[in-house]
This record gives sequence, structure tokens and C-alpha cells, in this order.
Amino acid sequence: MTRKQKRLSVIAVGAAFLIGATALTFYALGQKASYFFMPADLQAATLQPGQRIRLGGLVENGSIVRGQGTQVSFAVTDQENTVKVTYTGILPDLFREGQGVITEGSFGSDGVFVADSVLAKHDENYMPKEVADSLKAKGVWEDGSGKAN
Amino acid sequence: MVEIGHFALVLAFALSLVQSVVPLFGARTGNERLMAVGGPVTVTGFALTALSFMALTTAYMQSDFSVANVWENSHSLKPMLYKFTGTWGNHEGSMLLWVLILTFFGALVAAFGANLPATLRANVLAVQGWIGAAFFLFILTTSNPFARLVPAPIEGRDLNPILQDIGLAVHPPLLYLGYVGFSVCFSFAVAALIEGKIDATWARWVRPWTLAAWVFLTGGIAMGSYWAYYELGWGGFWFWDPVENASFMPWLAGTALLHSAIVMEKRSALKIWTLLLAILTFSLSLLGTFLVRSGVLTSVHAFATDPSRGVFILCILMLFIGGSLALFALRAGSLTAGGMFQPISREGALVLNNLFLTTATATVLIGTLYPLVLEALTGDKISVGAPFFNLTFGALIVPLLLLVPFGPLLAWKRGDIYAAAQRLMMAFGGALIAMLVTVLFIDGATVFAALGIGIAFWLVLGALTDLVLKSGFGKVSGRIALSRLAGLPRSVFGTALAHLGIGLTVLGIVGVVSFEAERILTMKPGETTEIAGRIVRFEGLRPFQGPNFTEDRGRFVLVDAAGKDGAALISSKRFYPARRMPTTEAGIRTMGFSQLYVSLGDELPEGAVVVHMWWKPLVTLIWLGGLVMMLGGAVSLTDRRLRVGAPSRKPTRIADKPKPAAS
Repeated sequence: MTRKQKRLSVIAVGAAFLIGATALTFYALGQKASYFFMPADLQAATLQPGQRIRLGGLVENGSIVRGQGTQVSFAVTDQENTVKVTYTGILPDLFREGQGVITEGSFGSDGVFVADSVLAKHDENYMPKEVADSLKAKGVWEDGSGKAN
Repeated sequence: MVEIGHFALVLAFALSLVQSVVPLFGARTGNERLMAVGGPVTVTGFALTALSFMALTTAYMQSDFSVANVWENSHSLKPMLYKFTGTWGNHEGSMLLWVLILTFFGALVAAFGANLPATLRANVLAVQGWIGAAFFLFILTTSNPFARLVPAPIEGRDLNPILQDIGLAVHPPLLYLGYVGFSVCFSFAVAALIEGKIDATWARWVRPWTLAAWVFLTGGIAMGSYWAYYELGWGGFWFWDPVENASFMPWLAGTALLHSAIVMEKRSALKIWTLLLAILTFSLSLLGTFLVRSGVLTSVHAFATDPSRGVFILCILMLFIGGSLALFALRAGSLTAGGMFQPISREGALVLNNLFLTTATATVLIGTLYPLVLEALTGDKISVGAPFFNLTFGALIVPLLLLVPFGPLLAWKRGDIYAAAQRLMMAFGGALIAMLVTVLFIDGATVFAALGIGIAFWLVLGALTDLVLKSGFGKVSGRIALSRLAGLPRSVFGTALAHLGIGLTVLGIVGVVSFEAERILTMKPGETTEIAGRIVRFEGLRPFQGPNFTEDRGRFVLVDAAGKDGAALISSKRFYPARRMPTTEAGIRTMGFSQLYVSLGDELPEGAVVVHMWWKPLVTLIWLGGLVMMLGGAVSLTDRRLRVGAPSRKPTRIADKPKPAAS
């Protein structure tokens, strides 16, 4: 093979790689990425049954109920709409009523959100960014108000 | 002392400006005296940065709360180790550590670069100076760690408890040594582009820096992974979190660079590609710094968010990445192309390695940036997590892992794939046996698990095969083979160890992902539970007073079949009053390569507590594999051919030792 043919074949293999990887990437983005919703967004949203989403908001005051063993239920609210969430496992250290939270999972047939992971903020200075942005946009929460606990 | 530190930092900035301009100008005009300015200026700049860093460290150790940064991130009751490491457990201090390491590498180039051509050395130091100047300016204008508070508060606000751990002493310095180490490769690449001249010796000078940076970055990532594993209490070793990806991308690109530089050094091929990789690797390091430091991501790493910082780093990012790529586009065409090779050859294998690694880097990059871009464009918030990365990255990395053992067995220029396959029959057989054993004898083994274990054994045995073949075991008497083994170049050992390390890491990952057992339950004192065939008894909670925290310690005891008490572990929930923040301290008991991991949840009435318990088979191999990879890199670094500052004469070959496909 000449240098030119060789270079062409390298470029061809590289291009095939890139195309394959790009196709795979966009397929995966379509299938595997999960969207973030606030409770109020859900009324307008159309979700496939069982579709994984991230649900964020504030943990409603007085909503935490411990069930049998390690099952916990609580409500996530953005003051406009409230969604009931159930979760089995250990809640994060910084999970508290009135504080920001992000849960990931899907809706069960009874309309209750079944979370398989619950994320709370990392320290007392800030909320999960998505939650803070959305709540600020709604005027429900301001920087610094999360410190009073 | 604090003002001295601030002043030293300003001086270091001024010197970095001198370093950016004078040697470059000297190299342009051929003025040796101007070029010679680079060395002393760089070393002095490092000394001043070190002084500045020491000033901040001293303020932390003495709990000088008149310094705003110390007040915000320290506490007088904090143990001394965390006072020290807390220096970089915040945005300002960690940026200071960043430039300290940057100037350290610059000083190393100045000190050990005596054998470099004067113009190349001058240009490399100048490019280092540009990076330094940009980051000094960043620190001085947006992130000054030396700002004072008047009046000085009596007590500090304490360091984020999650960071109060030995991990903070190890993870950030190692990671930065890796990140910033690649700046040297970047500077060499840009210097070569400025000069418009590049040859195989360039690769010989760059490889040690690449290797060193890679070793540190490997360590930094492995340490970060283990730290997250034991500190966060979730029991996961990798979350595909954007911040983790930010460090993983330079690692992937750096691994590609490491391999393409071999081709360039040995065969004088892939020059332009290697240059591009050197630029991209450091660009990804800068991108990582941007993602982590700008506050666009929420994570334990985002200490404080300040939009002006994000914009500033974004400008640095665009300036350096855009500038270097533009220079590359202008100059790359004028560089001479290198040697020829057949597709089936060591070079071909390394090209394939590069294709896989860079494509994998690209998928990680897309997955990491896509949510940010989408939110900026449409306002939609999405999260791209493990399912995405497992699919795309997994699809790319598995074929690469399968091909790894072939590479070192192929000859340069023209290799024989059938001969290589024949030599790997033993390794293949071993992997097959491992798969069969997994399927037949281990309960609950899936096809995925068996394949994973097969790949792990294939990698480990393949790496060993390389050593066995090159030393001639089986062909010559054991004694001769042993002496041959001892006489093999260190780089051969380095390769084998690094590839073996990957095998161990894969084994650990497959072990945990496939055979992990998990229990979530409430336990009262005296109750027992069973996990993966082991009986664990909960003894109850006991309060404990730490230096700057209180904690409830839960004691768990393993009970053997005869009912006798065995090993115990303590898992606790801590409360740090200064930040009013609770943390979970997981209890971990290592047994062989596996671990029992216990994490405590909420306390319930009657002394009961929610317990999350995992049995994590082979989990420690994930990080041990990383250590073996580091060891491989380090051994390779001691190869006399690559020794930093080694004369550039040809290595003396030992002619009477036949080395199949040896380097």
C-alpha cells in the first residue's frame, strides 16, 4: 500500500469508529438520560409508564412517614403541586423536612413516585442546583434561607 | 506572614509574565542570554509560590481567623492534620495548590532540562509561564486566599466534615500532580509547534513527563474513588458523576498519549497525532478544572459558587484550547510525516488503542457536557448517569480490553497476528477455565459476570504471558530464563504491570457488580442478620466525643458457625456542631480482597437503628489494580532510556539476548 492509501484507510477506520460511536451515543442519550421535573411541571408533562425521571423540590413539612422497617414515604413539593414519594433504604445525612431534595425513580401505577435514590444537598450552604434554580424562578426560596434549620 | 504570602504571590505573577515573554523572544531572535533567563525566573517563581503557599498553610495551622479563608474553612478544635490539609480543602487554597504544582513542574523542566536544545527549553518554559500567568491572575483577582477580616472572628466556621479525612491529604495533591503534570506535555507540544520542528527525540523528552503525570493521575483517581466509597456511606466506587468524569477524561486521553508517544519515539510515526493528543489531554485537564471550580456543577467539590470565577476560567479555557488548536491547525501541515507500518503491527495495535481511547473519551465528554449545553440552550434539565455511560463507554472499552494482550506481542512494522494468537493460547485457555468455573460453581453467576471474569483473567494472564515469552521460560532452562527476565528492559515490566493492573481492576469491578449482597434492615441491640453466608450481630449504639464532633458508634460483631464472636467493626453517625452537619462514617472490615461494609441510618425507638449492609466481594482489587498500574508506570519511568535528564544517546542494546517482539 502506498502512503496515501494507508492514510485513507486509517481515516476510513477512524471515521467508521466515530460514526458508530456517535450513533451509539445519541441512541444512549435518547434512551438513558433522565429528565428533571419539579412537581408543578408534571401536570403538563407526558410521561411513559415506568419512565425514569428525577424529581426535585422541597420535602414537605410533616410529610415524612416511616413505614414497615426501612420503608419511608414523604412528599416533595414546590408549593404549587405536591407528589408523594416512597423510598426503601437509608435517607441521606442531610435529608430534612423543608429542605431541598432530588429523587430519582419512576411513577408507580397508583401515582406514587417510587424513588430508588434520594440525594440531598452536600452541606448547609446550598440546595441542589436544579432545585434552587427552579424554586428561585418561582420565588419560593432564596439564597441563604436554607441555612435556618 | 499572611501579607508576605500575598506579596510573594504577586511577585510570582510578575515573574510569570517575564517567563512568558523573555525566553520566547530570545528563542525567536536567537539571543542566548534572553533564553537563559527562563530557567532562573521559573525556579524563583516556584520558590515564591511555595512561600505563598507556606504562608497560607501557617495561617491554617495557627488558626488565624483574621484571614477570611481560614475563618470560612477551619476551626480551632480541628485536629492538626486537617488544619494542614484544610489549606486546600477550599476553592482559594486548592487553586493555590494548583499553581504551586504548576510552577513546581516548570522548575523541574528548568532543572532537568539542561540537555534540551536551548530554544525548545526556552519555548517550553515560556508556555508554562503563560499558563502560570493566567492562573496567578485568576487567583489574585477572583480568589484571593489572603483577604483579611476586620475585626477577626474568635472561632472559625470549620471545614466541611466530609473533607475532614486523610483522603484530603492524598487525593487533591495526587490529582493535581496528574492534571498539571500534563501541562508539561502541552508546553512541549506548543513549543514544538512554535518552532515548527518535531522529531523522535521530542517524544523521548516528553514521555517521562507523560508517564509521571499519568502515574499521579491514576493514583489521584483511585484514591478519590476509594475516598468516596468509604466516606459517603453509599458503598459505590464510581458514580459517573460529572466531577469524576472531569478527572477521568484527561486520564483516558493521557493513556492514549502515553501509547502514541511510544510509536513516535520508536518509529517516528504518529507525530502530528501525538502533538494533538498532548494538547487535548491538557485541554481536558483545564476543562476539568473549569467544571469543578466554576460552580456549574453541584458537588462536594464545588466549594463556593461565584459567577465571575466561572467566566474567568472559561476565558482561560478558550484562550488556551482555542489558541493551541489554532496554532496546531496552522503549523501541523508543515511537520514531516513519519515512518510507514503495516496495519497488523505494534504500531497498528497502538493506533487502534488510540482510536478506542479517544472515542471513549469523546463519549464521556458528550455525556458530561450534554446536560449543561442542553440546559443552556433549551432550559431542559436532564441527568446523564450510569446507564448512559455503562452502555457507551462499556461498548468501547470491552473490545479494547480484549485486544490489550495482543499489543505487546506484535512486532514493530509488520506483526503476525496468528503467531501472537498462538502464544496467547494459554492465557485464552486460562480465561476460559475461569469463565467455566464462574458459571458452574458460583451461585447466581450471570453470563455478564462470567464474561467479565473471563476478560479480567485474559488481561492478567496475557500480561504474564508477555513476560514469560520475552524471558523464554519453557524454551530455555529456568535459570537462564530468570536471568533473562531480570535483564528485560524496565519498560517491558512497566507495560506488563500496567496491563495486569487493569485486569485486577476489572476483576474487582465485576466481582462487586455481579456478586454483591445487600441488606437494608432495622436492627435492635443483640439482633443478628445473615449476609452472604456470614452472621453479623448488632451490639448497640454508644455515644463518643471526638475533638470537634460527637458520634454514635454502632458495634457489629461477626459470629462464626460455632457461635463464637469473631471480628468486629464500628460504624457510626457523626455530628459536627460547628456546621451543624451530620455525616455517616461507614464501618468496613476487609477480609481477603473482599469487604463487609456497614452504614448506619436513622435511629428508631428502643435503640433500634436502620442498617445498610453490603458484602462486597473482591472490591479492594479495584484500587489495588490502580496501585499496580501506578507501579507499572513508575517502573517504566526508571527505564534508563527514559530517565529524566538522561543523555539522548542511543540505548545500549544487549545483542545476545533474543527478545521476540521486544522493544
